[in-house]
Amino acid sequence: MHAGIIFLLVIIGSVLFHIFTPWYWTDIASNWGGMDDTITLTFWVGGGVFVAVCLFMIYCVFRYSHKEDRRAEYKPEDKKLEKILTWATTLGVCALLAPGLIIWNQYVNVPKNAIEVDVMAWQWGWQYRLPGADGKLGTTQVRNIADNNPFGINPDDPFGRDDIMVESDVINLENNRPVKILLRSVDVLHNWYVPQFRAKMDAVPGTVTFYWFEPNKVGEYEVLCAEYCGVGHYAMRGGVEVQDKDDYEIWLSEQETFEQLSARYEKLNVDGNKLAKK
Amino acid sequence: MSDEYDNNKSYQAQSSELMDGSTGSVNPDIDYVRPAEVGEQDLYHGHSFIEKWVFCQDAKVIGVQYFLTAVFTGIVGLILSWLMRLQLGFPELAGFMTAEHYYQFVTMHGMIMVVYFLTALFLGGFGNYLIPLMVGARDMVFPYVNMLSFWMFFVAVAVLMASFFVPGGPTGAGWTLYPPQTILEGTPGSGMGILLMLISLSLFVIGFTMGGLNYMITILQARTRGMTLMRMPLTVWGIFTATVLAMLAFPALLVSAIMMTLDKVLQTSFFMPTILKAGEVLEYGGGSPILFQHLFWFFGHPEVYIVALPAFGIVSDLISVHARKNIFGYRMMVWAIVGIGGLSFFVWAHHMYVSGMNPWFGFFFATTTLIIAVPTAMKVYNWILTLWRGNIRINTVMLWCLGFIVTFVNGGITGIFLGNVSVDVPLSDTYFVIAHFHMVMGIAPLMVIMGAVYHWFPLVAGKMLHEGLGKWHFWITFLGAYSIYFPMHYLGFIGVPRRYFEMYDSPYMTSAVGMNEFISIAAFIVGAAQFILVFNIIKTLKTGKKAEQNPWKANSLEWYTSTVPPEHGNFGERLPVVHRWPYDFSVPGAKDDFIPQTTAPSEVIHTEVEKT
Repeated sequence: MHAGIIFLLVIIGSVLFHIFTPWYWTDIASNWGGMDDTITLTFWVGGGVFVAVCLFMIYCVFRYSHKEDRRAEYKPEDKKLEKILTWATTLGVCALLAPGLIIWNQYVNVPKNAIEVDVMAWQWGWQYRLPGADGKLGTTQVRNIADNNPFGINPDDPFGRDDIMVESDVINLENNRPVKILLRSVDVLHNWYVPQFRAKMDAVPGTVTFYWFEPNKVGEYEVLCAEYCGVGHYAMRGGVEVQDKDDYEIWLSEQETFEQLSARYEKLNVDGNKLAKK
Repeated sequence: MSDEYDNNKSYQAQSSELMDGSTGSVNPDIDYVRPAEVGEQDLYHGHSFIEKWVFCQDAKVIGVQYFLTAVFTGIVGLILSWLMRLQLGFPELAGFMTAEHYYQFVTMHGMIMVVYFLTALFLGGFGNYLIPLMVGARDMVFPYVNMLSFWMFFVAVAVLMASFFVPGGPTGAGWTLYPPQTILEGTPGSGMGILLMLISLSLFVIGFTMGGLNYMITILQARTRGMTLMRMPLTVWGIFTATVLAMLAFPALLVSAIMMTLDKVLQTSFFMPTILKAGEVLEYGGGSPILFQHLFWFFGHPEVYIVALPAFGIVSDLISVHARKNIFGYRMMVWAIVGIGGLSFFVWAHHMYVSGMNPWFGFFFATTTLIIAVPTAMKVYNWILTLWRGNIRINTVMLWCLGFIVTFVNGGITGIFLGNVSVDVPLSDTYFVIAHFHMVMGIAPLMVIMGAVYHWFPLVAGKMLHEGLGKWHFWITFLGAYSIYFPMHYLGFIGVPRRYFEMYDSPYMTSAVGMNEFISIAAFIVGAAQFILVFNIIKTLKTGKKAEQNPWKANSLEWYTSTVPPEHGNFGERLPVVHRWPYDFSVPGAKDDFIPQTTAPSEVIHTEVEKT
C-alpha cells in the first residue's frame, strides 16, 4: 500500500509545485506572447495526460495488488478501446501542433517594415551594425575584416559606406518596431538570446541566419550566448536597450558610419591590417 | 466500464480456434509444429579459463562482459556528473575546477552515458544474454564475431578513457561535438582529446556492427521451432528493432567522425567555413557546420530510440509477468515499436530548429515529431491497461516499472513542448532540455535497467537479490532523481542556458541558486544510492537465497533452460518447441496462473486460451 501512497504524493507534489513555483518565465518584452500561450496550452493538455495516466496507474496499484486467491483478467486485445485511445491522442496532438505551426509561420516571415540589425559574434563577444540612410547593409567578407573594417564590409560596395557601426556590445532598439536580427559569426557557433524576447537563433560561420521580434517594453536587457562556443561561452554577454522613438533617434545620430570610421583610421595613418597582425 | 469482473464467465475468444474442451475430443494435429528447416549449429566450447571467461564465444558470457564494461563507464560518468553538480551547486567548494575542466566533464559525461553506457548495456548486455535464450537458440549465429564485437568495444572504451590522460585532456566540445569549435583552440581538448574521441567512436561503431549483425540474424534465422515472430517476447522485438536502427544510424556517426578527423588532421573543409581566429584567417573555406549537425542527428535521434526501444520491450515483459496478466494489445505493441523505429529516421532536425538551417524545415519536422507521439502514447496506455484488472505483485521489479511509467510519461510530455517547433524556440538550449532528456532517456531507461537486473539476476546468478535493499535502492533513486529533474524544467523557463560553467548572475535569476544547491544534494544522494545495488549483489552472491527455477513464474523460454544458471548451449539435449506466445497468464480454466511457451495445446485442453 505504501507504494501507491508515495506515488500519489509525488503526483500531488508535482501539481502543487507547478502552481506555486516561484521559478517561472520572465516578463515577456516582445511580440512572441503566442509562444507563451502555446506553452500554457501544452501544460494543460500534457499535464492533464500526465496526471491522468499516473492516477490510473496508482489506482491499479491500490485496487489490483496481488492476492493469492485472485486471478487477473484474460483479455489479450480490445480493438475498440485501442481505436478510441488512438484517435483521442491524435486529436490532442493536432490541437497542440496547430498553434505551434501557426506561430512558426509568423516566426519565419519577417514583416516588411522590420529594421535590420547585423549581429556579429566571435569568441567571445558581440558587435552590431545598422543600415545607413539608404536602408541597406553593405555586403561583407570575412577576409576583409581588419581594425578599420570590423565587419569586413566590401570597400567597393556603395551600400556599405553609410552603414552605422555600433562600437559597443550593447545595441539600442526602438520600441514597438520590428527588428530583423541578422546573425553572423567569424569563428564558431553562437546564439544571440534575450530571455525576455523569447526568440533565438544560432549564428553560423560561413552563412547568415536571421530571426525577428518586436520589442514592446522599454528597458535594458542582457544578451546571453545560447549555443556552446568554447570555454568563454558562459561569460559571453551583451546588452540591449529598448528606447522610445525620440531617445532612439538621439542615440542613432551619435553613432559613427563606416565612412567616418575609415576616415578616422586614415587620419591616424595606421594600417589596420598590420595592427591586426600584431 | 466496471472494475468488477468475473473469471468464471466464459470469454468470447476473438479467434475461432477456441479449444473444444467440453467433448474432450482431441484433434490429433493440435500439437503440430513445423519441423526445423536447418540442423543445429555446432558450438565451440572453451577449454581453458581464457577461452571460457575472457575470449569467450558464449553469448551469455559476452553479455555479462558487455554489462560490466558498460557499468564501469557508467560509474565514470556518474562521478563526472557529481563533479559538475558540485560546481553548479557549490562553486566555492569546487575551486580546483576550471571552466576547461567543467566542459570536459560535461562532454565526457554525455558521450559516456548515451553511447558507452546505455547503448552498450541494452544491446550488448541484455541483447547478448537474452536473445538466444528468449528465441530458443543455443547461441548467437556468429559466436566468434560476437566475441570480437565485445573486444572491439573494450578497446573503444580504453581509447576513450585514455583521453583523460593525454596532453590537453579529453575533448570539451559538448557531447554533440559541433564543429567548428570542436577542433579549434578555445575548446578544451581540441588536440589529442578530440582525436581519441573520434577514434574511439569509430571503433565503437565497428564493434557494434559485428554485434548488431549477430542480433538481427539470430532473431531472424535461429529461432526455435514454433517461435514465430508474433510469439516473440517484446524484449526481443525491442532489441531487434533497435539493432536495425543502429545498423542504419551508426554509419552516419562513423562518416561524420571520419570527415571531422580529416578536417582536423589534413585541413580538409567538410565542416569548416572561412574562419577568423585571433586576427588570422585559417586555412579552411567553404565547409558547412550545419552539415555535421544533420549527420550527427541523423544518428543522434535514432540513437534515442536505440536506447528507448529495448527499454520499452523489457518493461512490457516485466509488467506482464509481475501483473500476472498478458500484455495488453500485443500486436499494437509490436507495430508501435516498429512504427516508432521507422518514424525515428524522419524527425532528426527537431534538434536543429534554431540551428540556422532553412527555417521551412521546421514545419515538416514538427509534424513528424508530433506524429511519433501517437504510437508512443499507445504504448503507455497499454502498459497501464496491463496493470488494470491484473494481480499485481508490488515487488522491487514492479516498483522500477512503475517508476519508469511516471518518469517516461513526464519526459515524454516535455518532449511535446520541445518537438513543437515554436515552443522550442524559447526553451531550446536551456535547462528545460537537460531536464527533458535526462527524464526520458536517462532516468526512465535506468529504471528499466534496474528492474531488469532484479528480474533476471536469479537466472544469471542463480540467487535472489535482497528485496528490502532493493526497495530502499528504488525509493531513494526514484524520489531523488525525480526531485533533480522535475524542478530543473523550471530553470529552463526562467531562461537559464545550458552548458554554463557559472550560474547566471542577472537579478531575476539569482533565485535559481537555492534550487541548484538542492538539485546538487539530490544528485549526490542518488549517485551514492546506486552502491546499494553493488552491495546487494556482493551480499547476495556470498550469502543470498538460492533461486528456484523460474522464481517469477514466467512463461518465456529463458526460464526453461536445463540448468540454472544456463550453461553453454542453453537448453541441454533438445531445443524447446514453442506452442504459444509468452503472455498466457491467468488463463481461465488453467491450473496455474501461467502457461509456459513450451506447453502443448493438448496439455491445456480445458482452458479458454486464445490461439497465438
